Amino acid sequence: MSAARSAGAAWRPFWLIFPLVALGVALVYPLGLMAAEAFVTPDGGHGLAGFIAVIGGGLFLGALQDTVRIALTATALCMFLGFVLAVLIHFVPFVGARALSRLIDAYLAFPSFLIALSLTFLYGNAGIFGAVGTSSGSSFLYGFWGVVLAEVSYYTPFVMRPLLAAFDTLDHAQLEVASSLGETPFGVLRRVVLPAALPSLLAGGSLCLLLTINEFGIILVMGVKDVTTLPMLIYGKAIEQFDYPGASVVALCNVALSLSLYFGYRRMLDRLPA
Amino acid sequence: MNGLSFSAGSRRWLAALAGMLVLGVFGLPLLMLLLASVAGRWNGVLPSHLTLEHLRGALAGDERLALWHSLATGAAATAFALIQGAWGAIAARRAPARVQRWVDAVFLVPIAIPSVSIGLALLVAFSRPPLLLNGTVSFVILTHVVLITAYAYLNAKAGLARLPPHFEEMAGSLGAPPHMVLVRVTLPLLLPHLLAAAALGFALSMGELGATIMLYPPRWVTAPVEVFALTDRGLIFSGAAVSIVLLACTFAALLLLDRRRPRA
Repeated sequence: MSAARSAGAAWRPFWLIFPLVALGVALVYPLGLMAAEAFVTPDGGHGLAGFIAVIGGGLFLGALQDTVRIALTATALCMFLGFVLAVLIHFVPFVGARALSRLIDAYLAFPSFLIALSLTFLYGNAGIFGAVGTSSGSSFLYGFWGVVLAEVSYYTPFVMRPLLAAFDTLDHAQLEVASSLGETPFGVLRRVVLPAALPSLLAGGSLCLLLTINEFGIILVMGVKDVTTLPMLIYGKAIEQFDYPGASVVALCNVALSLSLYFGYRRMLDRLPA
Repeated sequence: MNGLSFSAGSRRWLAALAGMLVLGVFGLPLLMLLLASVAGRWNGVLPSHLTLEHLRGALAGDERLALWHSLATGAAATAFALIQGAWGAIAARRAPARVQRWVDAVFLVPIAIPSVSIGLALLVAFSRPPLLLNGTVSFVILTHVVLITAYAYLNAKAGLARLPPHFEEMAGSLGAPPHMVLVRVTLPLLLPHLLAAAALGFALSMGELGATIMLYPPRWVTAPVEVFALTDRGLIFSGAAVSIVLLACTFAALLLLDRRRPRA
């Protein structure tokens, strides 16, 4: 097909100049200036002093640790819950399962911070479970597990979507052969379905990991105090302390982490069967 | 049939389990938000003193202004992002694979990195000459364009890959010049994908918080920023009401674009 295409019309690089210039001004130039800002020293010169002070500081290391811990925990739970739900939706047809998987698509377009807000009413100091179980003042919601819970509620569909697509391409005859050979349904799941869907599960999981590393709205709106993530640290340094160089150092590290995850994820996607 | 032979009994159990899990994980939060938006007080298990006051408040004063700002920003940013994304995808379409990989990488960076750091980068870059934009409304719109262009590009690229293969070549071999092929054949065929991109971009822009909160001018508070400001001041029911109206606006826009989409 590509041969036919290149016979039809040649590529004209000229037209690519306009969008690339626009991207250069609106994206590459700002990111470049931010990177330069990370190496501004407190006295206004340039050097590594400020960069090293931030990187070596307890605040940054703590935030990095919290970010990675939250993201890994939430991603593991999303992958588990997403797999269970995708299997149930695909293999145990029930009324509304089709509508449900379309609803999941719409869910992906909604902002994440609303989940944080609604969990406040569910588990917060005022709220359903808060009212049932509370004698102690503060709920678990404003710490590590609260953030994980919110992220799992929001990001599970990102794992389910590629899984549901993978299940659609499964060869059902193969599953029937396995079960007629005496495998239990769970044996079939473990030995046939899981291996076949594993690439999609891993791809969904790495997207989930990237998005949870980058997550900001949930933690901001929840008003979490015990944990700080890298995006929260960037916000705090830039907006609350007007420390642009410090914020830029954190942002630069966060961007490096996210980009390496993202390109790993893209590489994984390329290996998926279409 | 489907390949897992559960017994009828366990099948029923599993279906109930699936329904409950889905409702519990995805349905319950939305229901909470709805309840909170009409709650007068919430001291017990369920809210009491139901009232429409918060919802009415969400449609008046600063809240209404914030919603308008979000709608305007979303519409403008979506339009620019569609042009930029579709243009990029079409222009890079016949490029050698190596060039395409680079164009992809540059276009998709905003998906990969945290929106807060994009906000910071724009703040650092456009608060100084030669391009002084900080404090203007167009700065917010530019920020949203930067964030959602990647999705427009992705959708347009996916659409181009699925175009019926020979229409454009036929138009070309019948003597249509390239710009005519583009306007009369390529773009109309691409339209469903562009509308899908518009719907997604608009929804994302309506809900954008991370970058906007870094750089919004005080006279252009968007709805998500307003929700944060309200809840931060402890006005959680008003925050819930604004969120409900925000969700309703987003959903209405999605439906509108979906109905406009010609069925394939």
